Amino acid sequence: MKLGDALARLPGFSHAVLIVPDEQGYPLSVATSFRVVDGSVEVTPASTGPSVVRDTIDARLVVSHIRPYPGVGYDQRRYIELSGALAVGGPAWRFDPKAARGWDEQDLSFPELCQRALPQARRYLAALSTERGREVKPQMSAGWRFFLATRLPFLTATIVPVFLGLAAAAYDRHFSLGLAALTLMGALAVHLGLNVANDIFDTMSGVDDVNFTPTKYSGGSRVIQYGLVTLRQMMGLAAVFYAVAVIVGLVLVVISGLGLLWLGVAGVLISYFYTAPPLRLVHRGLGEVCVALGFGPIMVLGTYFVQTGHYALRPLILSIPVAILVMLILYANEVPDRFADARAGKRTLVVRLSPAAVIRGYVAAAVVAYLVVVVGVVVGILPWPTLISLLTVPLAYQTWKGLTAHYDSPYQLMSYLGKNVNLHLYTGLLLIVGVLLGILVRR
Amino acid sequence: MVVAEMPMPVVELLNKALVGELTVIDRDGRFRTDPLIPLWDGRYILMTSSILFSRKLEDIKQNPKVSLSLSDPIGVPAQPFSRATIQGDARVIDDDLHQGWYRVLPLWEAKEPIIKTLLTPMQKLGLPLFWERAIIEILPKRVFWWPDGDTTREPQITDMRGAVR
Repeated sequence: MKLGDALARLPGFSHAVLIVPDEQGYPLSVATSFRVVDGSVEVTPASTGPSVVRDTIDARLVVSHIRPYPGVGYDQRRYIELSGALAVGGPAWRFDPKAARGWDEQDLSFPELCQRALPQARRYLAALSTERGREVKPQMSAGWRFFLATRLPFLTATIVPVFLGLAAAAYDRHFSLGLAALTLMGALAVHLGLNVANDIFDTMSGVDDVNFTPTKYSGGSRVIQYGLVTLRQMMGLAAVFYAVAVIVGLVLVVISGLGLLWLGVAGVLISYFYTAPPLRLVHRGLGEVCVALGFGPIMVLGTYFVQTGHYALRPLILSIPVAILVMLILYANEVPDRFADARAGKRTLVVRLSPAAVIRGYVAAAVVAYLVVVVGVVVGILPWPTLISLLTVPLAYQTWKGLTAHYDSPYQLMSYLGKNVNLHLYTGLLLIVGVLLGILVRR
Repeated sequence: MVVAEMPMPVVELLNKALVGELTVIDRDGRFRTDPLIPLWDGRYILMTSSILFSRKLEDIKQNPKVSLSLSDPIGVPAQPFSRATIQGDARVIDDDLHQGWYRVLPLWEAKEPIIKTLLTPMQKLGLPLFWERAIIEILPKRVFWWPDGDTTREPQITDMRGAVR
């Protein structure tokens, strides 16, 4: 905190605590009133009994504030610590500040403060490890570490297109439970591999280390930054997921035909090179397109192909709204990450565009997603019950409002990022329901 | 040796305080002050600090002499209002960062009830290192008490320097 800024904020506090050394080497703190006068602080003389306050070049003047919140705790935390010289004597003591530090949670949110403090936590753990002669690490059960490292809740992005492909195949009178299970397993493995690989390469490129505003929807899992999982362990995990994906994919190719191979290869390559060098697609502003392709047409069409042995227009059209909405998850999640991404050279669309353009882009993409459904029904490609997916329009509207209002406030934006995730999930589920209802209506 | 007890009005302040200013001495001999919630267990002033904000823990390990100020009429809503400063010898208890601090949880929860809701595994995932915590245990040595909060007047001083752990 700059000294001038600290002095300007000082009158906003009711009192200060003056801290000086006492005769036995303890800090001696005493509350006092004060006023700022021409860059220094006049302090009301305080009585500390026999421990007389003397002139010192190393005093502290501290102001702090909280607002109690009965039944909860408190908020509006802020404090400033000024260091400087104290001259006693006369009707007012004079404190000449030389430096300031402090925190105001309205300027720097507590979660961000915590993220910025990670290096201190790592130092402390390292020192403790040296002191004890064994590694001291933060603790978390293996299950929760897996949950966090793989970002399991985001698997809905895979489950939706796979089930949509299955629904489309069922509409065309094809369904095999065994193949459906294998397809889901392979698709989930690719997605999990992508999530883990993304953390590995974002750690190696430094993106995650300079991101101080991660949310539960953005900024990666941070398990490496928290010291919960090592980079090597993450590499092993990614290798396992990709191995499973490749094996399952090859089995499906053998069963369904070579037509699946190219789609599968494209899916794995996009997943891996999303953040991996040398392509690092997300750094080139191609992340959104890759995610749209991977979690849209590739998964929907691939699933459809496994069930039917051929490609068709209907699943392709069905995949477009899902592709757009999953792309919008990434797109909106990049908003709070944009400064860290820019610092690390990750030139996402959100980094490249102005805030107004980003928001216009969101609206345009969402409109196209719904238009595809409407046009698909009008021209007779999609069954009319898929129009039920339009029920999520209010959710898209709310997300747009939230993006507009809280573009610069990562933590206020968080609930809208959640709505955006739900927008993809609910629209996808309603499309699936619509296709299945279409089977009933057709009969 | 008979050691004086913590004056009751100061116990009242400690029990009500949502914040106190803890000053420690860093390795260069300079003061460093942070606001923390003080908890009183009848013998020690207890505080808990995340390893994220562990500078003070490092400092206390180097030099245990600390001072705690209870000064804010809003943050220390005791009636009638008074002010106190407690000097003492602190030690850091960090042998079990993950679970050890749970022993102060009932005292902490009494002042900050929301803590209980933040301790579910799902909630802790958000900031896992915040929940790796040490306890700061302060043995009071000298207490300054200003009965009406007016520090321009002489404080009442309680000497507890004979206290040992």
